[in-house]
This record gives sequence, C-alpha cells and structure tokens, in this order.
Amino acid sequence: MTLVLEAAILGVLTGGVYALMASGLTLIFGVMRIINVGHGALVVLGAYLSFAVTRSIGIDPFLTLFITMPVMFLLGLVLQTVFIRPLKTDREALSVLVTYALALGIEGILGYIFTTNYVQLKGWYETTSFPVGSFRIAYVYVFGFVLCLAILGAMFFVLYRTTFGSSIRATMLNRTAAQLVGIDVDRVSAVAFGIGMATAAAGGVVFGITTAFNPGSHYDLISRLLTIIVLGGLGSMRGAIVAALIMLVSEDITSVVVSPVWASFVFFVILVVVLLVRPQGLYGVRVRDRL
Amino acid sequence: MSLLQIDGLSKRFGGVVAVDDCSLSVQPGSITGLIGPNGSGKTTVFNLVTGFIPSDKGAVSYKGHAIGGLGPDRIYALGIGRTFQLARIFPRLTALENMLVPVRRKGLRALFSGASWGHERTRALEMLEFLDISHVAGTLGGALSYGQRKLLELGAVLMAEPDLVLLDEPAGGVNPALLERIADRIRRLNERGITFLLVEHNMSFVMNLCTEVVVLHRGRPIATGSPEVVRADPAVLDAYLGA
Amino acid sequence: MSPVARLNVLKVGGLLLVFAVALALPALAPDPATTNIAVFTMMYVGLATAWNIMGGYTGYISLGHAGFFGFGSYCLGLLLAHLGTAAGYAPFMLVPLAGLATAILAFAVGWFALRTRAATFVIVTIAFMFMLQLLAENLVGLTGGGGGLSFPVPPWSGDYFNTPYYYAMLVLALVGLGTSWLIRHSKFGLGLLAIRDDEDKALAVGVPTPAFKLTAFIVSAALVGMIGGVYGYYVTYIYPQFVVDPLIGISMVLMVFLGGLGTITGPVLGALILEPAQLWLAYNYGASRLYLVLYAAVFLVVILVLPRGIVPSASDFLARWRAKAAASAPAATRQ
Repeated sequence: MTLVLEAAILGVLTGGVYALMASGLTLIFGVMRIINVGHGALVVLGAYLSFAVTRSIGIDPFLTLFITMPVMFLLGLVLQTVFIRPLKTDREALSVLVTYALALGIEGILGYIFTTNYVQLKGWYETTSFPVGSFRIAYVYVFGFVLCLAILGAMFFVLYRTTFGSSIRATMLNRTAAQLVGIDVDRVSAVAFGIGMATAAAGGVVFGITTAFNPGSHYDLISRLLTIIVLGGLGSMRGAIVAALIMLVSEDITSVVVSPVWASFVFFVILVVVLLVRPQGLYGVRVRDRL
Repeated sequence: MSLLQIDGLSKRFGGVVAVDDCSLSVQPGSITGLIGPNGSGKTTVFNLVTGFIPSDKGAVSYKGHAIGGLGPDRIYALGIGRTFQLARIFPRLTALENMLVPVRRKGLRALFSGASWGHERTRALEMLEFLDISHVAGTLGGALSYGQRKLLELGAVLMAEPDLVLLDEPAGGVNPALLERIADRIRRLNERGITFLLVEHNMSFVMNLCTEVVVLHRGRPIATGSPEVVRADPAVLDAYLGA
Repeated sequence: MSPVARLNVLKVGGLLLVFAVALALPALAPDPATTNIAVFTMMYVGLATAWNIMGGYTGYISLGHAGFFGFGSYCLGLLLAHLGTAAGYAPFMLVPLAGLATAILAFAVGWFALRTRAATFVIVTIAFMFMLQLLAENLVGLTGGGGGLSFPVPPWSGDYFNTPYYYAMLVLALVGLGTSWLIRHSKFGLGLLAIRDDEDKALAVGVPTPAFKLTAFIVSAALVGMIGGVYGYYVTYIYPQFVVDPLIGISMVLMVFLGGLGTITGPVLGALILEPAQLWLAYNYGASRLYLVLYAAVFLVVILVLPRGIVPSASDFLARWRAKAAASAPAATRQ
C-alpha cells in the first residue's frame, strides 16, 4: 500500500513537469489553433541547451534556466514568424507538417552536434532523497515540482493579471473579434509561441535531470503531451494541468501495481475511456460550427 | 393535420432563454412567416427543429411523427430542408456538384451507379435553369456572387424534393431585383406543393409572400394569423418598438 | 483538333506511356539498385494514394497511418508463420487477408476516432500509432517484441529478387488508384468532398457523415495495411519501430500535400518526386544525422512554397494562361 502511495506522490510530482510542458502546448493551440507536434523536440532542445551550458560553465542545471529560457523564448518568436505565420490556408493541417519538420530538423541538428548517445543532466540532488513518513522522496522531483509551480504561477499571473495576458486570452476565445478590437494577433501569436518554448525549456531541465535522453526522445514525449492536452481539452490550461496529474499518477501507480511495461499503455487507455464519454476532453468545449 | 407541429419547445444557453415554451403549427401548403425582433429565438427554433441542437423541453412532430432527437441528415431524409442565415454552399465544388451532393436515397446503388446519376444531373440542371443560374453550373461555389450562392443553396436543398423547406432570412443581403425573383420562385414552388416556413426581417417581403405569420418575442409566440391581422396587432408593435 | 481535345489526348497518351514504362520497368532497368528504388517508390505511390482517400477527400488528416502499415505487416508475417506457408509466390495471395484484418482494426479505431473533429482527430490517430507500436514491442509472445518478426525468405535470387515485389506493389498501387478514381466519380466521393468543405452543411443536406467518414477511413487503412504486408515480406524481417514508423506515416502525408491534396494524380506525383529523393538522401547522408535536417528542409520548402501542391497550382496556372490566351487572341482566321 505504501508503494502505491509513494507512486501516487511521485505521480503528482512528475505530473507537475508534464503539466508545465502541456500547458505551453495547449496555450499554443489555443492562440494559434495549431498542433505543435514539435513540442517534444523543443523540450529535448531545452534539455540539450542546459546540458551545453552546464558543460561549458559548470553551473547547476536549474540555474541554466536564466539563460535557456530567454534564448528559447526569442527562438520561439523567430520560429513562429518564419515558419508558422506564413501559413494562410489549411492552417491546422499544414502546421502539423511544419512543426513536425521542425522537430525532425531539431532532432537532426542535435544528433549531429551531440551524437545519439544518451546523456543526463547532473546535479547534487540527483540521487539524494529525504524521508517523509515511511517512504523517501527524491529531492530532484521536489525541486522540479516547485519550479513548475512557480512558472505556472507566473503564466497564470501574466494571463489573468496583465493587459497583454488578456490580449492572449481574447485571441484564444475569438481571433477575429480580437483583431476587430485592435489586438495585434500576429504579435500575440508570436509571444504565445515564445512562452510555449520558454516553458519547454523549463520542462526540459527537469526532464533532463530525471531521465536519460537523446535526440530521439521527443517521440515518446510528444505522444504523452498530445494525449494529455486532448484529455484536458484542447486550449484549456486548467485541463492540461488536471490531465497531466491524472495521467502521471495513473501511470506511476500502474507501474507499481501491474508492471512498468504496461504503465505507458495506461495513458492511452484513459484517453480512450474519456473520449468515449466526452469527445471534447475534460474541460473542452463542444464545437459546432457557425449555425 | 398540420405539417409541422411544435409543442412547448424550450431551449436555454447558460443564463439566456432563447426559446421559451414555444408552440406553433405550420399548415401544409402554406407559406408561413416567422418574424420577431432580433434575439427573439427564430434561428434557434430552426436549429431545434432540424436537429442541430437538442431541446431542453418540448416536442416537434412532422406529419404526425415525432422527430425530436433525430440528426440533421435523418431530418432531411424525412423531407424537411433548410437554408442558413449566411448562405452555405460547398466552395470547392462547382455549382452543379453542389446540386448533386444532397442524399435522397441511401444504399450502394444510389451512391455508385452511373445511371441514377445521369438522371440526377438532368434534374439538377433543370433546377439550376429554374433558378436562372444554369450559366454558372461549372463555376466553383467559392467564385459565385452572394446572390448566386443563395439561389444555389435553395436549389441544392430542393434536390431531395422536400415537402417542407425552412428558409432562414431568404431576403438577407439581396438586392431588390433578385428579391422579387426569389419571391416568385418561392411562390411557384409553393404552387407545386412545397410548404415554406421562413424567418425574415424584411416586412414587405413577408407581408407580400406569406399566407400566415407567427410573431416571436423573447422566445415565444405572441401573435399568429394572416399578415393583415398580425400587422395591426398592438402586442406586435409593442414588441418591435419596445424591444 | 480543338485545344481541349488536344489536351485530353495528351493526358491519356501521357498516362498510357507512364503505365507502359511502369509495367516494363524491371526489364528496362534490371539492376537491383534501381529495382529496389522502384519497389519503394511504387510502395509510396500506393501509400500516398490510399492516404489521400481519407485525408484528401474528407479533410480528416490522419497521422497514424503508420500504425495500419505496421499492423498489416505483422498480420501477414504472423499469418505466414502460423500457416507455415512456403516462401515464393503464395504469400502474395495472402496479402488481401492482411488487408481485411486491417480493415477490421480500422473500423474499431475509426468508430472511436471519428467522434472527434479536426485537431483532436489528428492527435487521436497519433496516439493510436504509438499505442500500436507499444503493443508490438510488448506483446513479445505474439510479435517477437523488440527482437522482431521474420518472414519466409523466397528462393529467388540475384537480379530477379526484387521483381515480384515490384509487381506486387504495382498491383496494389493500381488497385488504390482505381479505387480512388471510382470514389472520386461517385456520389459517395462528392459527399466526402462536401464533408471536407463544410461538414455540418453536408449533414443538413442528408449526407450520412459518420458512415461516409468511417468508410473512407477503412478503405484507406486496408490499402495501407496490404502495402505494409508486402513491405514486410520484402524486407523479410520487421521490428516495431521500423514498421510502425512515424517517418513512414509523415512521408505519405507530405507526398500528398506536395502533389496536391484531394487530386488523383497529385499523390502519384508527390511519391515519384519525394521517394527517390528520400532514398538518395538516406544513401548519401544517412550515416550522419544531417539526413534528418535535409529532409526537414525539403519538407519546409514544399509546404511554404507550394501549400496547395503541384497539381492544383499547375492547373491554376494553366487555366490562367489559357484565359489570357483566349482574351488576347483575336478570332482565329484561316491563313
């Protein structure tokens, strides 16, 4: 029983990381109505950036965020402007292809620079843990969780307490109406993409510390992230967070109770079950085109 | 027996009551107008009847049979067609192809046989001719003018030979000459036996064309009768001016 | 002859020529390197055409078709293993069974996935593919897991080896093209295109959209499954990550977009251009990861420069050119 509880706690802690990555992804969908299937690759990119920074100036991985988050943010602005903004027709379909191409390109470049050997970010807290009751919790997961809370908190602050944040929310609700009230939706889109990338950078650090990764790791990541945002409801931040927690807790419990091999399968089972009952996801809105 | 019978239909969207205990009947062979100030629930009634949204309460029956809960494609198959407020056609198909999309009979033969298709094509071209748009049969829907789209939309709906056609603002965004043409076509189709229920804001259009008028206000009917009777009803004037 | 008639003759003539070349290819260029390219190219002609039946006609983009490809592959492999079929031509006869099995899977997946619209549908198909890959890896007793599954090795050798596979792929590609053509010229096909343009309006005029979408999905998947079966037999040994491979799934999509979504010749053109290019890239750069970068670059160029694809852009261009010619030319006079 304690094993299950321990797994549940671990699920919540790692769920936080996935919640952060998923909310960036769902934000991008909400604002631009595109599915960024390259998000997994962006997380891996963030992890490798941190890896490169720690290798060259030896600082703690969490501290690299001060460098990687702004860099990724700016990179996001560039990518969105160059590759996504030009798409006018068939946006949803073409954006999937474009972002997949970006993912492949990133995988290729990373593979070229770093080879396909697995690496991992190192920190003092990596294997140490502290006792809580009858089980032990690894420091690294707690740090990661706190980081995610902080960044999510910042995101919500920006979205709900700043004027620019309301521009973002307005664009998510109705792009045309937002344009009509003078919101520069192109700028909002670019910034949203930048924010998405910054959250990917943060997620990348925690991911990189807890898991060994290589350029090809983005496939596994993106399949989970996509499943999470669909479960939560495309475009819903709240949904992404709740879904991430549900998924990760279920996965970790299954890992202990059944077997690690089938744990990832649980992801898809939950997705199937929920979509059967609510095709729009937990917090999604049933969309019927203009009537 | 009325062709379409609506009893106690209700629908709310969150806090907004769109349709409130609405009851009305459409007589066969009539051209019934459904009028009312903006926000009175007219298009919502259409959406409820044609199965696009589910109702909260109430019943709709067609030719005596209940049709609540059926999907839009089943309702069309039963013989009720509808047009939309902003004319909807298939922009990447030609006008003629637009006319051939509507499905009347299911079954593999109807969907794949060339023979029945030849027959359909002839009917479609005849209908385009009737609506004076046969010259654009080969033009893509997206390239048509708004007036042509409206006519095309009506023509396509008529392909399955419905008995009842719901027209959502047939006069909307249309110039006076075309308006007269549309009214004429509706009259002629009515003579051939098609019943019409139309939502409209253009009063003269309604008064000249309709045999029967129902006035909706805040989701429920407040007056019914011939155009002259309704026009003089003080409650109606109050609703329009007061709303 | 009028210009229209002349164009039609050119079109038919061109098609016949292409068909003749395709038929005679192994005789014209018998070296294994070329026939290998031919097998893969014809494979993608079939895959792209099949994918187009769903993605091009209905507008529902499936990024999980690699799952059906792999499933068909495993089906044929398992069938051959259980029936103890001798290698040779017999396995080709069993390919339709793999198609049937894939069709049944597609019915289940489609019934579920098509309850969602647009963006969610794409993601659900992706999830399906990863799920299938997981199953292939973990149901070790059935599929051999990461160790892979072997196919019987046929007794042909040398230069002839690739030829039967080429013709198998050609047959499947022709079946796909024929199906695609039949659908396009039927009321069913019009219904699919209507769904693509405006699904709710299609419903409003009686198109049974759920049934139509599901049918297109099943047909598309079954074809892909059969091609997957032949592929497995060709490479004689399959592994989960190489046969349920996202790159295969995305390649067929890109080819359709390049050639022209929703057209019949578009997918063929896309495959004829991209597959040899892809093989060339893999051959020359496959060792280094740059292969992916170059492929991604090709991808991006195609999408950003020709978003509508070659065939629609070309026919647009032709139409405009013809209109200009008609406008500027005075009534033709006999000299």
